[in-house]
Amino acid sequence: MTISAIEKTVIGSIDDIPLGEGRTFTVEDEMIAVFRLRDGSLRAVSAVCPHKGGPLADGQIDNRVVVCPLHLFSWDLATGCSQSGQPPITVYPVRVDGDLIVLGE
Amino acid sequence: MTQRLVVIGNGMAGARTVEEILARNGDFTVTMFGDEPYGNYNRIMLSNLLAGVETEEGIFLNDLSWYQENGITLNAGVKIARIDKDSKIVIAEDGSATPYDKLIIATGSYSWTPPMKNVHNPKRGYHQGVFAFRTLDDTRGMIRYARDHERAVVIGGGLLGLEAARGLQNHVSHVTLLHAMGHLMERQLDPKAGAMLQASVEGKLGIEVVTNAMTTEILGKDRVTGVKLADGRVIDCDVVVIAAGIRPNTEMVANSGLPVERGIVVDDQMRVEGEQDIYSVGECAQHRGNLYGLVAPLWDQAKVLADHITGTTEVAYTGSKLHTKLKVAGIDVASMGLIAPEHDTDEVVVYNEPKKGVYKQLIIRDDVLVGAVLVGDNSKAASLIQAFDRGTPLPEERAGLIFDLGGAVEESAEDMPDDAQVCNCNGVSKGAICGAVADGCKTVSGVMDKTRAGKGCGTCKPLVQRIVEWANGGAAEEDPAASWYVPGVPMPKPELMAAIRKYELKSVSSVFDTLVPGAQHDAKSKMGLASLLKMMWADEYVDERDARFINDRVHGNIQRDGTFSVVPQMKGGVTTPAQLRKIAEVAEKYDVPMVKLTGGQRIDLLGVPKEKLPAMWADLDMPSGYAYAKSFRTVKTCVGSDFCRFGVGDSTALGIALEERYQGLEGPGKMKLAVTGCPRNCAEAYVKDLGVVAIDGGRWEIYVGGAAGAHIRKGDLLTTVDSPEEVIRLTGRFLQYYRENANWLERTYSFVPRIGVDRIREIVVEDSDGIAAALDAAVEEAVQAYKDPWKERAEPATPGQFRTSLPLTVLPQVPVRS
Repeated sequence: MTISAIEKTVIGSIDDIPLGEGRTFTVEDEMIAVFRLRDGSLRAVSAVCPHKGGPLADGQIDNRVVVCPLHLFSWDLATGCSQSGQPPITVYPVRVDGDLIVLGE
Repeated sequence: MTQRLVVIGNGMAGARTVEEILARNGDFTVTMFGDEPYGNYNRIMLSNLLAGVETEEGIFLNDLSWYQENGITLNAGVKIARIDKDSKIVIAEDGSATPYDKLIIATGSYSWTPPMKNVHNPKRGYHQGVFAFRTLDDTRGMIRYARDHERAVVIGGGLLGLEAARGLQNHVSHVTLLHAMGHLMERQLDPKAGAMLQASVEGKLGIEVVTNAMTTEILGKDRVTGVKLADGRVIDCDVVVIAAGIRPNTEMVANSGLPVERGIVVDDQMRVEGEQDIYSVGECAQHRGNLYGLVAPLWDQAKVLADHITGTTEVAYTGSKLHTKLKVAGIDVASMGLIAPEHDTDEVVVYNEPKKGVYKQLIIRDDVLVGAVLVGDNSKAASLIQAFDRGTPLPEERAGLIFDLGGAVEESAEDMPDDAQVCNCNGVSKGAICGAVADGCKTVSGVMDKTRAGKGCGTCKPLVQRIVEWANGGAAEEDPAASWYVPGVPMPKPELMAAIRKYELKSVSSVFDTLVPGAQHDAKSKMGLASLLKMMWADEYVDERDARFINDRVHGNIQRDGTFSVVPQMKGGVTTPAQLRKIAEVAEKYDVPMVKLTGGQRIDLLGVPKEKLPAMWADLDMPSGYAYAKSFRTVKTCVGSDFCRFGVGDSTALGIALEERYQGLEGPGKMKLAVTGCPRNCAEAYVKDLGVVAIDGGRWEIYVGGAAGAHIRKGDLLTTVDSPEEVIRLTGRFLQYYRENANWLERTYSFVPRIGVDRIREIVVEDSDGIAAALDAAVEEAVQAYKDPWKERAEPATPGQFRTSLPLTVLPQVPVRS
């Protein structure tokens, strides 16, 4: 599990991300995929699939995992651990504050 | 309370049983005794060691550190002299006594020496130059000695003798194999197969074989000079290897007052008869009158023993069906069950090709395989063993049982090197698959999820299955999810569809919420469920964007670099100059890196960034062809009758009509069609999910279940009809039947043979089940519910729908607000 410390950053409005989907944001030169789960909470992970560089924000999610759209490798959104034999991805702290998305502690 | 478990025997059976017990967290302190001064090694690999294709290091299953790590006290090189069952102790030859609460006897077998003169030297065991072939030390001694000599004789023409002969060729220049019986491997092969094997061994390997050769004497005083046979013949040699069979090691056990017949008598829980705390497993154990000398039964026994000893009560070993599949001295041999028919009604299927050294014999009783012998070609062995083990009814087409009729050649899991690539799509090696099994993934689907093997085009799935089974020691564990339609909802398709109807579940999330314990959603199931619901509910389906795959969310086909491809619709492959002009202009305006004709007769504009998609679609102002999703794709056509000199039917018009009617239809797998205007088949209709072929006389043949992708299969003729209208009607009916009954991702090339084309014809053409009208109505409803998904191109459905997800361009930095 890799958790990256990142400076507290407001990256946009919660309306930027539809329920059940992900969008990519660039913060401090890092590409970060932020997902809005069906329960309304957010998850943030590194945006590029370590397998073949697929865009994880385009992947399908449920409340636990994200599945890369290219070859369907999957990762745990809470820990970044691969469920399919790949290296882990980075997990970033993220939360909803009012209607804002706040990345970092 | 922790019990003391003592294991006599540190071979494959003993160590495997302990492994199984550890895996069940058995509460034992374990002490093991082994004759040999080593950790435990794979005895089967001694042949490879002799042949020089394996190192000593490579044959160890568990080295000494494994015992330490698992808290096992190993007494290697210590032989047990006696079991005192009354005091519950075992006494070693060195006089030490070890108490036990539970005792496992896994003493295995020794190499049997047939009676012959001068085989033993009175002072030092075997005559110098005479070797058994059973242990690592035997093998080491044999290699050392043979290196300095020229001619070897192997006594015994069974598996081990053949392997020994082959291995010895590595060390000496001439090898003769002597077998007392009329043909080689007489316990596994019938005389013809044995003769075929002998011809191969002699012809291909250059090993001289003498059958009906009863050795009576070892010649030579100080050193071996030859052997003498019962008929007086003398075979010159300076090395003799005895591989004439094995006998269970039971002497010590019998002397300790335990029941021994041919082996140590055990019950279905592997308990020694009449004993509560003493068990026996492996080659030394006699179960229901049978002794087993193969590794697979031994592993079954180990599992049962481990289950039982760790407290599972309802467990029994009921015996094993014996089969072998291996390379004997480099030649493929497989054998299972009977080697000769027993009843007049037993069906015998034989194929014999002496020139190639190929012989195959099947014995079938009541449509079930009861015996098979294969020599020279093991490509069908895995499927035959499966049929034999499970007793499943065989297909009517017997030839398919012994030949690969156009299918992929079955590779042997065992023979593949570890670094052999199994899944060519996702680059997964045999080693990686075995690694996943070793890490605890015991099911085929579990291993596929973990490694992604078999998750590309899927052609390697049967091989992945065989490797997982092999790595598991013969059989993979049953995956409870194997019959489920999608992995996240615990129901097979018919049950799932019934529940969806019963609760009127019209969205993917409602299926999870209603049918999954704990209402757990599953990303990997969403696509399959969305497709099923769309098929079932047509325009009543409640579309949820998060249930859509990215392609369906942005109406483009995602490519390897995260860009998308745009494929304008081109029904039947027909276009106009105006359309071509527009496509060319748009391609230029948006700097499309590649313009490519696709396999489905369309133009693919490749490499379009996501954010450019809406504008491009707007400029094109053409509907998209379905280049993605598990859906009806294109209808490929040839020129047909208008221009082609040979065309007998207007394939172009019919192809366009089919594509127009069934565009966008979703299903469990892709549906690719073709119409060809004459049997010359320029549109390749014989290898499509549904292919239509015009024949002379204004008639049309309809083929189903063809494929020319990762699988190649000629479609089966469903029927011949008189009009294009009839083709369109039956096409819809067939596709609807497929949509309703196929498994998720099951293409027609699997579906049609699974159901059987005759049965499909009954249902779809002859309406034997009376459901034709319902199928027609269902497909009509789906057609009516079709909406052009590209209508939303101007107006994004969600915020940032077309925002890039990859760093193709540097995104503006988000301003930091505290």
